[in-house]
Amino acid sequence: MRMLPVLTRLAWRYLWRNHRRTIIMVSAVSVGVWSMIFMTALSRGMVDQVIEDGVAALPGHVQVHNPKFLDDPSVANRILIGDAELSKTFSSTDFKAWASRVRVPAVIASEYESRGVTLLGIDPLAEQAFGYIAYDEVDGRFLEGIDDSGIVIGRELADKLETRLGKRVVLMSQDPDNEIADRGFRVVGLFETDVPAFDESNVFVGKRTAQKMLRIGDTTTEIVFLGDNYRDVEPTYDKVVAKIDGSLDVSRWNEIASYLGSMLKVMDGFVFIFMVVIFLALSFGLVNTLVMAVFERVREIGLMLALGMKPSNILGQIIIESMLLLLVGLAIGNLLAVATIQPLRGGIDISVVAEGMEMMGAASVLYPRLYLSDMILANVIVLFLGFLASLSPAWRASRYEPVEAITKVG
Amino acid sequence: MTAVRCVDLCKTYLQGDQAIKALDHVSIDIEEGGFVCLSAPSGGGKTTLLNAIGGLDMPDSGEVWIADRRIDQMSKGELAELRLSSIGFVFQAYNLIPVLTARENIEFVMQVQGVAAKQRAEKSLAILEEVGLNGLEDRRPAEMSGGQQQRVAVARAIVSRPALVLADEPTANLDSETSDELMELFTELNEHHNTTFVIATHDQRVMGYAKRLIRMLDGRIVDDIQQNAA
Repeated sequence: MRMLPVLTRLAWRYLWRNHRRTIIMVSAVSVGVWSMIFMTALSRGMVDQVIEDGVAALPGHVQVHNPKFLDDPSVANRILIGDAELSKTFSSTDFKAWASRVRVPAVIASEYESRGVTLLGIDPLAEQAFGYIAYDEVDGRFLEGIDDSGIVIGRELADKLETRLGKRVVLMSQDPDNEIADRGFRVVGLFETDVPAFDESNVFVGKRTAQKMLRIGDTTTEIVFLGDNYRDVEPTYDKVVAKIDGSLDVSRWNEIASYLGSMLKVMDGFVFIFMVVIFLALSFGLVNTLVMAVFERVREIGLMLALGMKPSNILGQIIIESMLLLLVGLAIGNLLAVATIQPLRGGIDISVVAEGMEMMGAASVLYPRLYLSDMILANVIVLFLGFLASLSPAWRASRYEPVEAITKVG
Repeated sequence: MTAVRCVDLCKTYLQGDQAIKALDHVSIDIEEGGFVCLSAPSGGGKTTLLNAIGGLDMPDSGEVWIADRRIDQMSKGELAELRLSSIGFVFQAYNLIPVLTARENIEFVMQVQGVAAKQRAEKSLAILEEVGLNGLEDRRPAEMSGGQQQRVAVARAIVSRPALVLADEPTANLDSETSDELMELFTELNEHHNTTFVIATHDQRVMGYAKRLIRMLDGRIVDDIQQNAA
């Protein structure tokens, strides 16, 4: 450690001895780091949006079901706990939001068409925080309570059914005894989200209205909970598990929608590979710079060795030189990334490719997401791989014989 | 007490297909406080002998002792430690680290030795005055003349008071006046601090300052004479 100040001073001075070469390399590192962070922020923004929309469409970060429900989602496999008892159990617990709902497959029919859909009997007040539909943007109105007798369907579905606001439709499903349960509803609202598939496959009615139609008393099929962050559902999951007896299934969102969970993992892998690939391109320049820096001062390295500097100190000096170069590049690259991402947080209009984006379930406005963890990852990758890349030239420099180095010509 | 002892040193280089005997069974003893010149024509073996004494180059056979330590069997790390603590070097050229100022060059060895900053500063300023380079402490080598650079190199070699100073053609790039000044400085340091000097040269003026002159030819010692220094 006592050699660190002298090695650092030498490394810094040698770094700026050929300032033009250093500036070029620092610029390359800065641009590389900027592109790592900037492109990652764009990708994160896109994937986060897809996942958030997907999670919103479930909806709920943690869900409780009858153990048989996910395999056979019928009211026969409902949760046999009444609304009153559920309220008593969960109202005192600190969740961002929670709700119990009826969720069963159903058939909706207009006078022209019929479609298979998912019937959601909900408490609109309790579900508002889940945010899958902006209530005030619904054409017509959203449900007003659990006894609401209207139905809210997606605009996409309304088009397919050739129906519209104010018209009547019939919902048909099965009761717990597998008897047909049906009822007529007037369309009171049409909603539209960023995910067309969601609009086409979900219809909303009041919870109590659904319970009456399905003849299930005050029981439900699903209890859902919202945490603060879909990336970290464990605190919410633990709280739910603590309140639920073992006869019910508690699932995280990524267990229910495994493709969304996989997408998140793929994205993490993609970010890592993307950063490594950019660095590999940079590393050729870095190694070349260090090799040149060593080559042009062989005699000075010989002199230092002759004066009593140990080979390990020469190795350390070259590595420190590489680290200093990278640190300057990282500092500039990080600042550049923050400075360019911050003004774009309001969203980037990508409507030129909007159709393609919608197919992926994303919107036509892209919101870059700058995560501290991604910035740290980029910095760690650059420093770690930079360290590895500088080992070879540093090792060569430390292997010189003093006499041969001092007498080296040119 | 013996400062340097070489016993039956041999060193052969290959130059193309030809084997060149740089050291051919060389044995010498140099007493502490000695002021010795190694004189030889180019290729005579003086620099090879100097490098062997300084642990910069290993002989093919024979023994090299510095004080009471045998150095020809030491590891690179041990040799570096020995050079750092006991030997000062002055080379013919490329003597200074170009990115450091005169004062930083002088402090370099002390810094590697782990001497405290305050002590380093005091010693370096004092030695700069001693070698007549007052006011030039913040100049880099490129901003100094050859003579000034060589003085800085001498200052660096002696600042931590090594027992032995090895100088290889220290006056080769200097004019006669600067050469005389440098040799007078060496003489003064030898007399006042009892530092042992071994200087490889083929400069007659330098030889005139030596107390002992060892002449070499084709890797062998051909003459070893005590003389009255100038």
